[in-house]
Amino acid sequence: MKKLSLLLVSFIFVLKIAYASTYDSDPEIFIKELVTDAINKLSDKNISEEEKKNFIENVAVENVDINALGLYTLGELRKSTDKNSLENYQLAFKKYFLKSLTSRLTDYSSNKFEIMNAEKKSSNYTIVKSKIIASDKQPEIKIDWRVYTKNPDKPLIRDLIVEGLSLARTQKEEFSSILNSNNNDINILIAKLEEFIND
Amino acid sequence: MEFKKLHLIICSIFLICSVNANAQTDKECFEKVSRGVFKFNQGFDNAILEPIARGYNKLPEKIRKGTNNFTSNIATLLSIPNHLLQGEVRLAGHATGSFLINTTVGVLGIGNPAALMGLENQSEDLGQTLGAYGVGSGCYFVLPFLGPTTVRDSVGMIIDNNYLDPFAKVTWHEKEIKSISGTKIDYVGVKAASAVNFRGDNMNNFESLEKNSIDLYAATKSLYLQNRQNKINNSSESEDDWGNLDK
Repeated sequence: MKKLSLLLVSFIFVLKIAYASTYDSDPEIFIKELVTDAINKLSDKNISEEEKKNFIENVAVENVDINALGLYTLGELRKSTDKNSLENYQLAFKKYFLKSLTSRLTDYSSNKFEIMNAEKKSSNYTIVKSKIIASDKQPEIKIDWRVYTKNPDKPLIRDLIVEGLSLARTQKEEFSSILNSNNNDINILIAKLEEFIND
Repeated sequence: MEFKKLHLIICSIFLICSVNANAQTDKECFEKVSRGVFKFNQGFDNAILEPIARGYNKLPEKIRKGTNNFTSNIATLLSIPNHLLQGEVRLAGHATGSFLINTTVGVLGIGNPAALMGLENQSEDLGQTLGAYGVGSGCYFVLPFLGPTTVRDSVGMIIDNNYLDPFAKVTWHEKEIKSISGTKIDYVGVKAASAVNFRGDNMNNFESLEKNSIDLYAATKSLYLQNRQNKINNSSESEDDWGNLDK
């Protein structure tokens, strides 16, 4: 009986996580559902900070193309880096990304979002346009979501473009600056990412 | 004499910029010095600008909106000649209409009735104008207090200040135009108000950037260059270089 109830509880828990991370496959509805879900969770005062952090991480792992983002931000170096170093980098990048995402989302969670429209750029990409409604603390902010739609059943977010400023590109140029001043040594970049993770 | 000087300066910009036109836009002029100046600016921000902006953000929204409108209205004076230089007659007309209506009906620009009438007021400067004509940005550097810039944008700023901006002529250069006069203090005051307003509006963005960057200097540089490119293109769409990854 005990075993059964434990199993049931675990099942419900797994189902809850799976449900939280499953959104529509239409890019516009996908972003709308994801953002609404995130705002509801992050502004819920009955959920602990740890639970919020776990929620963001689960949603990001499921819905953001972290692997591709990592490769993009590495620039051309991804082509000449050995497999082992690339794996180490991807691992460090994932942790770095999740930590910075949690921090960024918490900063903006008190704001209201509105999805405006979606523009299909190619078979691989759709840009979903949204905005943070102006509040007495800050003016309206336009946010575009670059959604990768190569697999139409499973859209993935690849970039956030805030007022025309691409976060992925900023990240790429930040990494490029570190690499340029360190003879393109990927280990130094990994060390910097780990420093941020452990900070 | 004045025209000769202007001509000489314009020729120099094109000469400097054409040398750099084919170079990467993210090329540094003197990175070590710029990083030092960037640190100095950060210190200035932490000690002075940020605390003032925090206090400013506590003011009633009406006052902040009025300040924003007032400084934007003055900046329109520089946008008008630059719209014309870009051949954007319609936008120059909108900007002129906006300035006249906001200065009179909007009480010295504190209100923004022109926006309600559908008049667009897009800010332009000579750096953008030169960019619109295909002049490359040249190398990147950081100025004390003024922040990130490029060769094209800084030369543009000097020409704007000396020749194109009527507000700078009246205040910074203390020249009377149609019996309107001002002082350097007026100029600095308006620029300072504009900086505080911008800093206050972007409090969250600055904090988030600072918290999440592993090289804040490079991140700021990237954001500055992307923003300038968007302004030159009059677009808020980011350049698409993801295609490379999918090949």
